[in-house]
Amino acid sequence: MALDQLIVTKFGTDAEHEMILNMGPQHPSTHGVINFVVQADGEVMKKAVPQVGYLHRAIEKIGEIVTYPGFMPYTDRIDYLAAMFANEGYALAVEKLLGLQVPPRAQYLRAISCELNRIASHLISLGTMAMDIGAVTPFPYALRERESINDLLEALCGARLTYNYHRIGGVAFDMPEDWMPLCRKWLDHFEKILNEWDRLISFNEIFVERLAGMGTIPAEMAVNYGLVGPNLRASGVDFDLRRDEPYGAYPDFKFMIPIGTAYAGKHRGGQVGDCYDRFYCRVLECRESLLIVRQALDKFPDGEFMAKVPRKIKPEVGEAQSRIEAARGEMAYYVVSDGGERAYRVRARTGSFLAMGIIEDLSRGLMIADLVALIASLDVVAPEIDR
Amino acid sequence: MPGLTFEQIHQRLVEKFGDAVGPLSPPKKDPFCVFAAPRLGEICRFLKDDPALYFDFLEDLTATDHPKENLIRVVYHFYSYRHRHLFIAKVELDRKDPQVDSLEPLWKAANWMEREVFDLFGVTFRGHSDLRRILMPDDWVGNPLRKDYTESGGYRGISNVRDNPLDLYLNMDRQVRAEQAAAQSPEAAAPPAVAPKAEG
Repeated sequence: MALDQLIVTKFGTDAEHEMILNMGPQHPSTHGVINFVVQADGEVMKKAVPQVGYLHRAIEKIGEIVTYPGFMPYTDRIDYLAAMFANEGYALAVEKLLGLQVPPRAQYLRAISCELNRIASHLISLGTMAMDIGAVTPFPYALRERESINDLLEALCGARLTYNYHRIGGVAFDMPEDWMPLCRKWLDHFEKILNEWDRLISFNEIFVERLAGMGTIPAEMAVNYGLVGPNLRASGVDFDLRRDEPYGAYPDFKFMIPIGTAYAGKHRGGQVGDCYDRFYCRVLECRESLLIVRQALDKFPDGEFMAKVPRKIKPEVGEAQSRIEAARGEMAYYVVSDGGERAYRVRARTGSFLAMGIIEDLSRGLMIADLVALIASLDVVAPEIDR
Repeated sequence: MPGLTFEQIHQRLVEKFGDAVGPLSPPKKDPFCVFAAPRLGEICRFLKDDPALYFDFLEDLTATDHPKENLIRVVYHFYSYRHRHLFIAKVELDRKDPQVDSLEPLWKAANWMEREVFDLFGVTFRGHSDLRRILMPDDWVGNPLRKDYTESGGYRGISNVRDNPLDLYLNMDRQVRAEQAAAQSPEAAAPPAVAPKAEG
């Protein structure tokens, strides 16, 4: 890399030129409470070592202490930007243990709420990413749309962030009567906003050039480091659990899986899997989520929104893993039952945790300001890392 | 290329490694099989490199603690993006001194996940490049996700218990009421300013 040569020829690699810089734990661009110990030579990093755990709340241990349904509100706290997915993953795992069949209406409500939540989460990710590298204007626009989603979800389940909406066997509430036209109206509105968003920031020349070819993760490296979700797809791996290991209502919908193809353009130095690909894949995913919600509203079935669940949930001895495509990629719950009212072990595998693991190796030779863009492009959320 | 079923993968491993690959668990929800811990690295290399298996993605790595059997089971979930198949394996380790080979040379994803298991379960991964605590502070005592873990009663002088904040408000309330009563009838014998604190 050109920057490596720059270090060797101009600045030297002596220890006396290096400085150790603590970035965080309370840094505005670290997306939560994370510390980076940056070993830098001037502006160029030798490496950035992430230190996590500041938000460790022992959620997995709590899962062993409370009953199966009692753990549902805690799952919200795993990822506060996309709490629906954490709900759904846990519900699916326990349903698998119980052998429960979820009624179609509940599955559709789950898909609708999750996809709306995915858009909300991506909006925050896109807005903060633009803000982290200096484009402050788009962030309020993203927040404005997210507020509408929060309103919609509040009408659906009574909460704006920690939804606690999905239940073992279904969802907590049916769709309110006048909710569907509201949602459709917002979807029509949001479709236009996405075009506006592209004009505002995605196709902004300065923005694209800033991110093109930066922090490139080749496909093999992404798989080896266990990256999931948009981060993986931006590297050109065509994989989405919604399509490839379908669950819930997703087999009923038609949608595309956007993958990275050096969207920034080769002439700007764009590469498959660079920061801009990760950004733009999320924009495209918002469009697909919008289509999924539309289809789900069109085909919305009648019937129960909750399966018949025993009052005391006591799965037989065994273990089950559920995998869902969350906003930050694959979220997997591994639940072990010993036949009692409480889980023997609950494990949540989250996308952000492993996305952090790649930063140390990826940061070599980057500028300090690029680290900020890299963290933002990986869309890590601190509570999801630490659980 | 269609993936293999769990049984087919297991069959293939048994043919190659014989006794080192345990029998398939009775089908209780997700099946799994137990690998002989000393040969874990070898088997996993085969899992990753064999073209028919090609597990390029270490999906999950965690552990479960079983004090009654004196075992810690490390659980591995492998997934193949090429073949779209999944395999679950476990190794059983002695609870007193759990040690197993690190999978970091094969999958870099193991780096952080093994650090987490080391932190929360105290399993040592041989050959790991950077085995230190990840979620808990470096000088934390004990491994919190073990079943017999008890809190050591605070961390560096920070207590992990506190008084019920409601007691504080109740006492404040009693004090204000007593003062008001005293102001209204100064000649009357004032009640004790602070009522005795309730037990618990």
